Amino acid sequence: MTRDLEQYLRPGLVTAFCPGCGDGILLGLILRAIDELKINIDDMLFVSGIGCAGWIPSPNFNADTLHTLHGRTIPFATGAKMFNPKLQVMIISGDGDLADIGGNHLIHAARRNIDLTVILVNNFLYGMTGGQVACTTPMGAFTMTTTEGNPYRPFDLPKLVDAAGATYVARYSVTQPLALISSIKKAVQTKGFSFIEVLSPCPTQFGRRNQLGSPTDMIKFLMDKCIMKEEAEGLSPEELEGKIITGEFSDGRN
Amino acid sequence: MKSILSPGSYYFSGDEAIAEGAIAARCGYFAGYPITPASEIVERISIRFKETGGVFIQMEDEIASICSIIGASWAGARAMTATSGPGFSLMQEGMGHAIMTETPIVIIDVQRAGPGLGQATRPASGDIMQAKWGSHSDRQIIALCPWSVQEAYDQTIDAFNLAERYRVPVILLTDEAVGHLREKMDIREDVEIFNRMKKPGAAPFGTEEDDGVPPMPTFGEREKLLVTSSTHNDYGVRKTDDPLVQAKLVSRLYSKIMNNREKIIDYDSCYMEDAEVVVVCYGFTARSSLFAIEKLRGEGKKVGMFRLKTIWPFPDRLIRDIGSRAKKILVPEMNKGQVVEEVMKYASCDAILYSQTNGEDIHPNAIIEQLRRLV
Repeated sequence: MTRDLEQYLRPGLVTAFCPGCGDGILLGLILRAIDELKINIDDMLFVSGIGCAGWIPSPNFNADTLHTLHGRTIPFATGAKMFNPKLQVMIISGDGDLADIGGNHLIHAARRNIDLTVILVNNFLYGMTGGQVACTTPMGAFTMTTTEGNPYRPFDLPKLVDAAGATYVARYSVTQPLALISSIKKAVQTKGFSFIEVLSPCPTQFGRRNQLGSPTDMIKFLMDKCIMKEEAEGLSPEELEGKIITGEFSDGRN
Repeated sequence: MKSILSPGSYYFSGDEAIAEGAIAARCGYFAGYPITPASEIVERISIRFKETGGVFIQMEDEIASICSIIGASWAGARAMTATSGPGFSLMQEGMGHAIMTETPIVIIDVQRAGPGLGQATRPASGDIMQAKWGSHSDRQIIALCPWSVQEAYDQTIDAFNLAERYRVPVILLTDEAVGHLREKMDIREDVEIFNRMKKPGAAPFGTEEDDGVPPMPTFGEREKLLVTSSTHNDYGVRKTDDPLVQAKLVSRLYSKIMNNREKIIDYDSCYMEDAEVVVVCYGFTARSSLFAIEKLRGEGKKVGMFRLKTIWPFPDRLIRDIGSRAKKILVPEMNKGQVVEEVMKYASCDAILYSQTNGEDIHPNAIIEQLRRLV
């Protein structure tokens, strides 16, 4: 099965991801979702920004790819989709790119409910530039620019994008692969703006500064932290302390 | 191709003429953000595209506007945005991306007096150098400069054709005075359209052809495109650590404009045969210049006019030639001397600046007074 997905990869490339990075897992899950949907990848356009996650589709996917300016994936994608609605447009980029520098475009695209699929890869900080704080860094976490701990709260991105008017909103971790594949399929099939926040481990930049230095530590961290929305509904605020709620927050029917 | 509006005379503002020029040039996608004095372009396009079938979107800012027209251009659109000073500044990074990815786009800059917010409703020519060098690193673009409503229409059409021909952003550097000027203009029966060069399977970012312009595929054509503004080889493959790839790419992006500049450059001149003092001018200021020159010619003074219709690439050889024949060159500008310094680079005679930066058009009398001192 793994070899079957090679048809979607540009030949002759080697991975740019660090050992233990979740982006390679996500790359595989996106391709599985496309394969299961039986979409011709030549009918798709992948738009990515600057940062590690921007490398998931470009140069890896053997399809039309557009690598954009930092933070501007959504406007570029908006132009392509608005002019040629037949293109199935998927945006894959990081938390810093889509929510920090590009945050305004994110909420406006959700408001317009343009038929785009956005996969936001949250590794809790800026990875490619050396591990600086992002709008998704947990409060208290250590980064290169918060050496005494992050003094600010992170965005709850699904809430933000849902409030801005997106049709489909979800959050999953790469440690929940089957649920994530089914979520990606749903997002692609959704007519309107669809958004998935994907939690992805970054042992190189986040883990080693936060006592989660090995790839397995970070995977275990995500598995411990993430609970499904349905499970969370039965828990008290105390029991939910420090948990990350995953699942679908807007199911594509509104 | 046929014009969209019926042939005949129309009474338009410069901004309206630009919107109609874009429609005539088969602009299929427009993204913009309101700003004085360019808002009338955005408004007219939003209404007229409903009739002509173009795609209009008002984006959340100017950064989003330029990025979205780049995306649309790669999806196959002839694409445009329109703005003024502060918005033009915000668009610079996007312009750099379009230059590096060789994306045809048209940017209208209706210049207003700055810096900063300056005078939103007043004209200036302060963005001449920003159009040339506004984003980081070396760049070559094409910039046109109309002096009338008619030319605002005609040059908007030219801008689309040049953008597609050379795969480069083309800037229409007009100003508030032309943008808000209302006068009669004519629409002809036909409009000339240059369509993007296509060559399926060919390298989209490299060519052995002399003109240095590769053919341009679009998304959805099964070309499996890699479009990136990182340093890339002829097929778009990122090669950021290869000095030869960087040198070859940057040199071609430069020379595809500079080596073709004789074909790109357009100008207008009058009373030049025996002129001892030449006024080199552009944009709205050229109207005052012409009035001044005709007045002095009536008095038998040997003055002439050379009007830049293309600002960038700069007509270096033409200016060198004028400099070798004239005794003096006068350059009236609504800035602190941006074109005059280019003239000084190439002209062997004296080049004298007349600068006015008070947000008002340069009155013909001011140019007459300057010329009287020089002849």
